[in-house]
Amino acid sequence: MEIVKTSQSSKPLPSSVLKVNVSKDEPDPMKQTGESDAIQSPNSDRPKIEIRQMNFFYGSNQALFKVNLNIREHKVTAFIGPSGCGKSTLLRCLNRLNDLVIGSRVEGKILLEGQDIYAPDVDVTDLRTRVGMVFQKVNPFPKTIYQNVAYGPQLQKVRGRAILDEIVERGLKGAGLWEEVKDRLHSSALGLSGGQQQRLCIARALAVNPDVLLMDEPCSALDPISTSKIEELLHSLKQQLTVVIVTHNMQQAARVSDYTGFFLLGELIEYDDTRRIFTNPGDRRTEDYVTGRFG
Amino acid sequence: MMPSGMRKFLDSGTLFVWLCGSGLMVSILMIGGLLLLIMMNGLGYFWPKGLVEFTLNDGTMVLGQLTGREVIPESATPELPDGKFRIQVKVGNRDLYGLDFQWLDEDQIQTREQPGEVLSIERREWGKFFGRIQAVKKREVVLATGNMEGLKAVKPLVEQMNDIQDRIHHLQHDIIGAVNYEIEAIRLALRDLELKDEQETNEWVDLQKRLVGLQANYEEHTKMLRALYDQLNEYSVILIDANGREKDLPLGQIVRILQPNQLTVFGKVLIYFSNVWTVLSDEPREANTEGGIFPAIFGTVMMVLIMSVAVVPFGVLAAIYLKEYARQGLLVRLVRIAVNNLAGVPSIVFGVFGLGFFVYAVGGSIDTLFYSAALPTPTFGTGGILWASLTLALMTVPVVIVATEEGLSAVPMEYREGSLGLGATKVETLLRVVIPCAMPGILTGLILAISRATGEVAPLMLTGVVKLAPSLPLDSYFPFVHLDRKFMHLGFHIYDVGFQSPNVEAAKPMVYVTTLVLVFVVVMLNLMAIAIRNRMRKKYVGSAV
Repeated sequence: MEIVKTSQSSKPLPSSVLKVNVSKDEPDPMKQTGESDAIQSPNSDRPKIEIRQMNFFYGSNQALFKVNLNIREHKVTAFIGPSGCGKSTLLRCLNRLNDLVIGSRVEGKILLEGQDIYAPDVDVTDLRTRVGMVFQKVNPFPKTIYQNVAYGPQLQKVRGRAILDEIVERGLKGAGLWEEVKDRLHSSALGLSGGQQQRLCIARALAVNPDVLLMDEPCSALDPISTSKIEELLHSLKQQLTVVIVTHNMQQAARVSDYTGFFLLGELIEYDDTRRIFTNPGDRRTEDYVTGRFG
Repeated sequence: MMPSGMRKFLDSGTLFVWLCGSGLMVSILMIGGLLLLIMMNGLGYFWPKGLVEFTLNDGTMVLGQLTGREVIPESATPELPDGKFRIQVKVGNRDLYGLDFQWLDEDQIQTREQPGEVLSIERREWGKFFGRIQAVKKREVVLATGNMEGLKAVKPLVEQMNDIQDRIHHLQHDIIGAVNYEIEAIRLALRDLELKDEQETNEWVDLQKRLVGLQANYEEHTKMLRALYDQLNEYSVILIDANGREKDLPLGQIVRILQPNQLTVFGKVLIYFSNVWTVLSDEPREANTEGGIFPAIFGTVMMVLIMSVAVVPFGVLAAIYLKEYARQGLLVRLVRIAVNNLAGVPSIVFGVFGLGFFVYAVGGSIDTLFYSAALPTPTFGTGGILWASLTLALMTVPVVIVATEEGLSAVPMEYREGSLGLGATKVETLLRVVIPCAMPGILTGLILAISRATGEVAPLMLTGVVKLAPSLPLDSYFPFVHLDRKFMHLGFHIYDVGFQSPNVEAAKPMVYVTTLVLVFVVVMLNLMAIAIRNRMRKKYVGSAV
């Protein structure tokens, strides 16, 4: 039971950290097949994450009921549903941030590239570098812009000014923030606007070069222009990684995602191609929700 | 039924606002009044007061500084409903009169004058002398007679004598002190060899040789010292008080001569600041009632700094464990209650603990292990600045724990999740994000700890403070910081000068001066910590503490 990324990260670090760049140059057969297949039949490409019969409990309170879900590589998957339906809980299970909640418990399996992330021999910090996260509440550290982006790579013992500079630049470019902040990398991140701060958080997550990026309502605190910038960003991000996004905004889910899962009271009601969910849902409750009859 | 206007007034809450406001007002008035009292009494001490010469009805003269005026108790009569008054005069000349102050009934006074030529002579012993010069002598030869002539002759001589005093001080403290220090070190080394039964070895012989050399050196310097002392007594001045009583004073005893009644305002201001400087920079004289309080200021600051170095890591680590690692339950709640209660334990209890644990147990063991050569004279087994600082650190650790815990709780959960989400471990998250953000809270704790510790006297009396310390705990002899030494402290100095000195009334201004300096030191230490905190806050904008 060895996680694929573990063997990767034992390679010389800079090349591993700079994978964003590398993956563009190197031919990646998996990615190409994935893209060509996705358009014709969504179910034929290999799932990046498989969720199998998952139950989740906060103490004695069950929050998720027998969730089964496949998340595909290089796609944007959206989770929608009313408040308290468990969509954020599921998202936070994908990088085991729920471990922090005292008394929480998981049943079932979550497989990342075939490996169970809740297996006892999994290194949680390693998992979290592979599965990055952007939070609902914009949370850059009270440090400089540069330090924020360099935080993750420094944890992985990436040293050397030149390498860090390159990672920071790449991260900020990946998040579409480079042009706006390149002249003030060493000023406080808290001086940025809300939207810029959220893109900085994305840059920070990208700097550790994750395979999967989890986004927990990333635009709920932002104005429409910042929101549209982040939505544009998602289109370019999915070329390089897999995105899972939780959102309250159904238009947003319709605009940015390839697949959509609808949750209600801890159950996955329906999971399908986004177009299907919004135009021709299979379940009555989904239809009611997406047409705004409740929510 | 209440009148509707009244009802409206009560409902509007204005009354409550006034109540709160007046509560605040009373507090501010009390603090302001306290500071004002200390400042008035303390700052007045440095001002050179004029000398008044009173002629009484019986023909006797009194020369001195006017210090007070009050009603004579039970002196009111139908004709004089306000009663009679008397005035208090500081007459100085303690060696002649035995008293510093004298009360004069106002109806006994015939005339009051402020003669320009009278002198106020600051001496190294017996306080000030108020009077005139009759003659100046070199041994038995008279150099000058009369007040004006005498003053002219004395002034350059006083400067000369002060130079000699400086040289004596240098010789005693720096040169002979260093020799003594070395002799003591060799004596201990010899004793050490003796204990190890290694006498008559090469090392032993070498040390003995050096000891002989040093002792010769010591003799030579003491001879020089004696010669200097002789020079001090070469000149003398015959002084007379207001009534013509003579006093033969060696010139070396004089610190400074002033003619206070002839000083211009500018001259007085100069003397004012020179007095301030003397108090801040000099060592105390005459059972601490005269001279400066520098060793006490130094001891206080150094003790607080050592305490801070000890208390912060200790308190912060404890708080981090309590807040971040310990499973929150009954046990942690009990520990927290205990910590909070510890903050309320009377400080003398900590003093007793410090004496029993630090001084006797820890210090005693250190002595038997490392300083056995010096025994039975204790090195660490007696009170000292280290034990005093540690005792205070123990006393203030609850404050730091509580403040740090609050600081940690104020760090937003999002920061922790953000860091963990980037693959940081809990330790990395704490060290790189949480603790830097909690730093302002930690420093708030330190500020409170400093405020409490600086003013504390009771525990120090058991763990190392003394009335007069022969040397500072920091000097130029290896290892430079002498944590085993006893030290002086402003708080204890106040108690000592105010209540333990032989001349309480004369020492009263000194009490206020020392109090003022103590307040000033507390404020400065706090400002320093606040400045650091504000810089941290700026660096970590948005942290909530």
